[in-house]
Amino acid sequence: MALYSEKVMDHFRNPRNVGVIEDADGVGEVGNAKCGDIMKMYLKIEDGVIADVKFETFGCGSAIASSSMATELIKGKPVSEAMNLTNKAVAEALDGLPDYKMHCSVLAEEAIRSALEDYYHRNPDKKPADQPA
Amino acid sequence: MKIYADNAATTKMSRAAIEAMIPCLEEDYGNPSSLYSLGQRAKEILERARAGVAAVMSADPGEIVFTSGGSEADNQAILSAAEAGRKAGKAHIVSTAFEHHAVLHTLKKLEREGFAVTLLDVHEDGLVRPEELEAAIRADTCLVTVMYANNEIGTIQPIGEIGAICKRRGVLFHTDAVQAVGHLPIDVRSENIDLLSASAHKFHGPKGVGFLYARRGVRLASLIEGGAQERGKRAGTENVAAAVGMAAALKESAARMKENAARMSALRDRLIAGLSEIPHSALNGNAVKRLPGNVSFCFEGIEGESLLLLLDDRGISASSGSACTSGSLDPSHVLLAIGRVHDVAHGSLRLTIGEDTTEEEVDYMIRNVKEVVERLRGFSPVWRDLVNGKGRFIL
Repeated sequence: MALYSEKVMDHFRNPRNVGVIEDADGVGEVGNAKCGDIMKMYLKIEDGVIADVKFETFGCGSAIASSSMATELIKGKPVSEAMNLTNKAVAEALDGLPDYKMHCSVLAEEAIRSALEDYYHRNPDKKPADQPA
Repeated sequence: MKIYADNAATTKMSRAAIEAMIPCLEEDYGNPSSLYSLGQRAKEILERARAGVAAVMSADPGEIVFTSGGSEADNQAILSAAEAGRKAGKAHIVSTAFEHHAVLHTLKKLEREGFAVTLLDVHEDGLVRPEELEAAIRADTCLVTVMYANNEIGTIQPIGEIGAICKRRGVLFHTDAVQAVGHLPIDVRSENIDLLSASAHKFHGPKGVGFLYARRGVRLASLIEGGAQERGKRAGTENVAAAVGMAAALKESAARMKENAARMSALRDRLIAGLSEIPHSALNGNAVKRLPGNVSFCFEGIEGESLLLLLDDRGISASSGSACTSGSLDPSHVLLAIGRVHDVAHGSLRLTIGEDTTEEEVDYMIRNVKEVVERLRGFSPVWRDLVNGKGRFIL
């Protein structure tokens, strides 16, 4: 039996949206090198929509695949939808992750939330009323 | 190209070992404890295998106990010495920080039972210092257990010196020689080894079999109770075919040891030189006092599991000490023991070449590791920070 699903391997081998957005509207970085996983997300937001997203990841195969899948799930979507992306959705879209790798999908969710919080921090007027600080 | 570069994990069985085993399975399948001729024939074959193993180790056949492998041999050696120590009122053991878990976890268990354990520093070069070992021996020390060669970084310990110290100080000396047997010349007499563990599948024998050498006069405690097999030291019907396969593999490894070591060391050094060209990388462990087939590196800014998966895509089977490959949050205790910080230890790669590895394969590995490391660094935020001066390079 393979360690990962075909979907995970596909996103690991050919990660989507890899790179940096120099003039990003929001940047989020989560994890730490000590634990072996760091994800960095860059967002370009136009008219309340994720116009572009790029990522950089230091980590294992499932961490790279989770970041890649997360970017695909939010690209072109309204910010409000991106804010509600769950790790479960990321893992499901990858046809599942081994139990001990689920934290990789959690990290992807947190990276996107962190980048959106950075965006709201820079643009307090864009923050919806029900959004916690 | 398909390259198996994980010979420290396990090896392919040798043709000689397979051929030696088949008659044991097809014709000489008797139980060595049975008194009719079929059983006695099996007994004879088993004892011939024991004599063969003993000869390679410069031991007597009566000093070899067949076990299920290296882990069992490690457990039995340490627990036996501890039991003898307990009876003599000695409850201190000296070992090292980078032993195999079969040793470390057994020591942990003894600590819970009241033993004191001193784990020696193995320094940046992955070598125990004999003078530090001698200083750690106390009046109540009942055992020194130091591995012959490390399984991850391949460093070869000063076993002869340690044996001499233990003999002089009257302390039992055990060595986990799982990575060394069949690859390095070992003489239990001249090296003053009291107990030694080995595993057949590390030298082209079958899995599920190994042996424990215990010098005559060293009392062994049985881990498995039952019949009187192995002179009462290991109950259960003997795995005759496996023991025979192990003896055949060991005989062949010993006969070719010198030429194999010379060829493999040259290829190892070629591989080390090639990988050293990768910026911000470092060889783990002493470059000279290491197993002929072991190459272990750390690459800054990347993580080991993704490295292994991409190498697998290119046909290379390798291993890593990263947390993600160990199933825990911490990277390999061996890399931490030689002072590699977590960030760097996660980016480790172990390539262990074998007797049939070719120069062409070595060059293929160098080329592909270079490409894969570069590719992963290309989208690593850690690497970007290092390159942009936001972090400090360690390697």
